[in-house]
Amino acid sequence: MSEMSKIVRTISNVIFPFIMIFGLYVIAHGHLTPGGGFQGGAVAASACALLIAAYGSTWAFERIKVSRLSVFESIGALGFIGVAFLGLIIAGIFFKNFLVGSNIIFGNIPQTLSTISDFNTAGVLPLMNFAVGVKVISGLFVIVLIMAYASCAKEWIK
Amino acid sequence: MSTRTIVAAAVFTVLAIFFVFTAFMLSFGVPKATQMDDYIIMNTQKETGTNSGVTSVVFDYRGFDTLGEATILFAAVSGVIMIFRRVKK
Repeated sequence: MSEMSKIVRTISNVIFPFIMIFGLYVIAHGHLTPGGGFQGGAVAASACALLIAAYGSTWAFERIKVSRLSVFESIGALGFIGVAFLGLIIAGIFFKNFLVGSNIIFGNIPQTLSTISDFNTAGVLPLMNFAVGVKVISGLFVIVLIMAYASCAKEWIK
Repeated sequence: MSTRTIVAAAVFTVLAIFFVFTAFMLSFGVPKATQMDDYIIMNTQKETGTNSGVTSVVFDYRGFDTLGEATILFAAVSGVIMIFRRVKK
């Protein structure tokens, strides 16, 4: 698809950072507030889809390499499985939350009926949220990008 | 009566029976077994250190389920890239 009018492009320029920051916030605070890696990744990927809709799929496809996005997707998947295997190696159980109670990072244990403002909690869950977030952002973005480009590109349509 | 009409009537009847069963037989909001819910609500802060119980269930108690979701997403991306690949002639 070709690019849309200048009004749409300007408004998408203005609104893109806010959607992206909101998506990253949902990912980063996945262990404190509703949401998590999947939901925040979907929000951030919708911001990227907004760019594709405003600027045209040809513009986006020339600037963003699909192979790099699939590398990010694989990094997210490997990080998720890697954290799970670290639980197997360190604590002996697959998906074991080995960081709870430790003093390394994310090790605090919240008291009952405490406020939700302590970011340094929840063990490995923020790491898993981050990995799944990277995976969902790049995965949904590459799906939208390659379908938007292949549906209108000259060399794909005979 | 044609075969198609009979099949449609049978499917409609089965769906109506299922709807009536789920609407009247099962009570809403009062689950039969609540031991698992109570255990997770009481122990999620102690065991996983999380203030959000939903995240603790998704990523800790039911980690294998999330692994399956991630695998499905990976398979979907792989399928889309494979179907929309550039064909060399």
